[in-house]
Amino acid sequence: MTQTNRLQGGMIDRSRTLSFRFDGKAFQGHPGDTLASALLANDVRLMGRSFKYHRPRGPMTAGSEEPNAIVELRTGARQEPNTRATTAELFDGLVANSQNRWPSLRFDALGVNDWLSPFFAAGFYYKTFMWPAKFWEKLYEPMIRRAAGLGSVSFEPDPDSYDKGFLHCDLLVIGGGPAGLAAALRAGEAGARVILADEDFTLGGRLNAETHEVAGMAGHVWAAQAVARLADMPNVRVMPRTTILGAFDHGTYGALERVSDHLAVPEKDKPRQILWRIYSKHALLAAGATERPIAFENNDRPGIMLAGAVRSYVNRWAVTPARDVAIFTNNDDGHRTATDLRAKGVNVTAVIDTRPDAPDGGDFEVIKGGVITNTSGRLGLTGIEARTADGGQRRISCGALGVSGGWNPNVALTCHQGGRPAWNADIAAFVPGSALPPNMSVAGAANGALTTHGAFHTGAEAASQILDHLGLSAPAPDLPEAEDGPVNLTPFWHVKDAKRAWVDQQNDVTAKDVKLAHQENFVSVEHLKRYTTLGMATDQGKTSNMAGLAIMAEVAGKSIPEVGTTMFRPPYTPTAIGAFAGRSRDKDFRPVRKTPSHVWAEEKGAVFVEVGMWLRAQWFPLPGETHWRESVDREVLQTRKSVGVCDVTTLGKIDVQGADAADFLNRIYCNGFAKLPVGKTRYGLMLREDGIAMDDGTAARLADDHFVVTTTTANAVGVYRHMEFVRQCLFPDMDVQLISTTEAWAQFAVAGPNARKLLRKVVDDDYDFSNEGFPFMACAEITVCGGLRARLFRISFSGELAYEIAVPTRYGDAMIRKLMEAGEEFDVVPYGTEALGVMRIEKGHAAGNELNGTTTALNLGMGRMVSKKKDSIGSTLSEREGLNEDDALKLVGFKPVDSSKPVPAGSHLMTKGSQVDAAHDQGYVTSACYSPNLGCHIGIGFLKSGHARSGEIIRLVSPLTGIDHEVEVVSAHFVDPEGERLRA
Amino acid sequence: MMIDHPILGPRDAGEFVYMGCASLINRPDWQAEDALQQFTDYGYQRDNPSGGHRELWFHEGGDRSWLVVTRDTVTHAITQVELARDVARREGRSK
Repeated sequence: MTQTNRLQGGMIDRSRTLSFRFDGKAFQGHPGDTLASALLANDVRLMGRSFKYHRPRGPMTAGSEEPNAIVELRTGARQEPNTRATTAELFDGLVANSQNRWPSLRFDALGVNDWLSPFFAAGFYYKTFMWPAKFWEKLYEPMIRRAAGLGSVSFEPDPDSYDKGFLHCDLLVIGGGPAGLAAALRAGEAGARVILADEDFTLGGRLNAETHEVAGMAGHVWAAQAVARLADMPNVRVMPRTTILGAFDHGTYGALERVSDHLAVPEKDKPRQILWRIYSKHALLAAGATERPIAFENNDRPGIMLAGAVRSYVNRWAVTPARDVAIFTNNDDGHRTATDLRAKGVNVTAVIDTRPDAPDGGDFEVIKGGVITNTSGRLGLTGIEARTADGGQRRISCGALGVSGGWNPNVALTCHQGGRPAWNADIAAFVPGSALPPNMSVAGAANGALTTHGAFHTGAEAASQILDHLGLSAPAPDLPEAEDGPVNLTPFWHVKDAKRAWVDQQNDVTAKDVKLAHQENFVSVEHLKRYTTLGMATDQGKTSNMAGLAIMAEVAGKSIPEVGTTMFRPPYTPTAIGAFAGRSRDKDFRPVRKTPSHVWAEEKGAVFVEVGMWLRAQWFPLPGETHWRESVDREVLQTRKSVGVCDVTTLGKIDVQGADAADFLNRIYCNGFAKLPVGKTRYGLMLREDGIAMDDGTAARLADDHFVVTTTTANAVGVYRHMEFVRQCLFPDMDVQLISTTEAWAQFAVAGPNARKLLRKVVDDDYDFSNEGFPFMACAEITVCGGLRARLFRISFSGELAYEIAVPTRYGDAMIRKLMEAGEEFDVVPYGTEALGVMRIEKGHAAGNELNGTTTALNLGMGRMVSKKKDSIGSTLSEREGLNEDDALKLVGFKPVDSSKPVPAGSHLMTKGSQVDAAHDQGYVTSACYSPNLGCHIGIGFLKSGHARSGEIIRLVSPLTGIDHEVEVVSAHFVDPEGERLRA
Repeated sequence: MMIDHPILGPRDAGEFVYMGCASLINRPDWQAEDALQQFTDYGYQRDNPSGGHRELWFHEGGDRSWLVVTRDTVTHAITQVELARDVARREGRSK
């Protein structure tokens, strides 16, 4: 027979039956069920094993605070570990498995840990695995790691997608119980933009779990009508299945909407979850309260749960966890559970109330002043032993026990901005403190108003105050009549002298562990937490922290507020990493920037490399080439022999305009720009204010008041930011404007002896660019291909006769095709970033490896470029003594003595015969390559005293890779040191 | 965090890049007798207050203005946002 524990009534749709499997066994439930309620309906109380001792456990709660009933939900790639059965919505075909057990849930071999528990008390690992020290890495840690953890992951890629979204509102209402609904109704009716979020799939909060009437109807019916009214308001967004994870600065809230978790698979093109960033003017926390248990001997058996959770299962889900139920309480609320159970025909075997003056029961027995001293039932509760006020022992048979130790307001979000909760002795609980996050208010049970009446009134009142702030007004609506019983509670945290009274059930921490920590002098609550791991499990101690604090206060002889609480931090409930990643995964991890010649390069079979976000052609293999070096060597040789073309669009381009443009560049670059004539380009070196080189590039003067500055690809963003800083913050009245034009122009380097001949076929006839008419470092705005505007710069990174030609980006593809077609007669070759790098190393040009954030103009061999006649960023501090020592590092070149040896970048340089250690370090190699022109490997790098040591044979070492051979110190300019080619 | 941009209104802090103390606006005179000392202090000596702090933020994902934001480093409360250019002018950096 199925669903033996199902009762009458409830908020489930009995017209439909859902099939599901747990640990391979088939069960049935109904829409509206959670996995936990459906399992309880089928008389399954055992749902998991505990973390440390592998004790059998069942659900303790009916919500997101659940410590015990955590399962692996779904199978295959969608398998999710540590999912709370108490919040997982049932769907047809759901598959769940228990975790942390082997071979089965009913028989778990590691249950042996429970027998060994005397050895596993707080601090067990710290005390036990100390000696011998070398055992830690090889034996202890792997062993502990294998035993640790709860659920397992699939190790398959997540097949679902996750979105991120942004929402704005006047008022964010957190929690859709009576307080939240009252507030949302009032604010919504006044015309405020309202978002109402609740983690549950059915809004209503405790209205769905209680039998109190509201305005003459069942509470859940009133809630459903209120939600329907809100849903009709265009200014209100109702968000079920949405958890507010954190309260961040300035009214920003993080929210996770579980869009598809209640479905077997997400609908087509729908995300599984959405991580919302909500910008609110005001927020109202109406997150309710969490019931807290009482700790006593063996209080963790399946079937022992919170009394309020029992009511939720009975009233909302029409399920009783067992046919005979007992109650253990220190307050009147526990009696309600007994009353509700009786109303549904469930047998209440006894209510054990710690208060000697407890009220009488109706048709159930109340043991006043009694406590529970033990329980029985290996895989599920079968009975309890109670000690009566007169010291007698009673054995009471029951399959479930509802425990109530009072209610804790859900204050977590009030503390995310550093606030601390305050103690309220009336309800013996922490309530929100005075330092709330700005523009947050709290209402209802979250603020300590624990009755339905109190929730309605404080919720509506908070909304009214917020509306005043917003300048909106609405007539005070009639609030529904609702229950307003007094909260009668006498604090009672744990039954003393228990051997194993569980405080934190998810991390298996007992009252004794807390006492032990105190004995061992862990006096701070934060230390207690970390030493015992209390509150550090996935539930973050929602049901356990209070009892831990109370026991600590007791043994320390302090009050609970004196002990204080640990920090509350986001996220409020466990959140899938996928939600934080959103769409930023795999190929979409970050944007891809493609050069204008990308499509053409793909057609040519180019191999691409990521440079920042850019994809650049690295080399262009020809058929038959089997090694990248073959391609790169060919590209280099052919460029130096005839002509090559390379897309250099990725270099940063900044347009600098204004009457003070030249003066501005004078400040930006350490070398002078004021006298640069129109039509000329100059190399510029930018320093940081501390005198270290920041970036280099060229500045071309197109007009008196117009320059085009280039930056390296990697620093394009940072240099622009720096230039804006200098412009706006340091020289605010200079007449100069900046704009990044990196993406506006497609730019190609055309290099090699035939570069001019090739370009002559592209540039329109009326432009003279003979060597005399357009000499080295000239620049001009020209037209190409019969009228297309373009820019031409005679600059060379390769050391050859070279130009860079720029056309508007949309013509970039056409331009590369045109250049290749025009170059056919010269056997033009496209070259990629590798050949580019080889040629610049052969030429001894500095690049990112040399401008590495530690080097100065002096190190780079450009010390004399730093003008002393003007103020420029970094010029003053570049004169610091420590940066100008006689033997300062200088850029030089290296050739291996044995020409078959490499010169790997990163290798360090040592004087022959000296010790190999940091104290004797002479410098290091920054860039290296195989030079097809020299027929050997070469390198450039920094060497103490630099050129003064030309010709010296020096030792190249890399202890990590075992390299140790000799190189000769040479000029960094391996090819055409006089620069004749580029002026040809 | 939200930064109330003086021109564009409230913007998410994610649109901005943070640089540091707004004292960086007060760049020393390169021709001062003790310029080296002044630049050293300018570059390396910064206050790190617990509480109110004037700092530079760049609206990189927006209009590219540098702002001087007065922010409490403990509570993150922002009490004033100005264009850095206005601040620089006020502090005598006009040429």
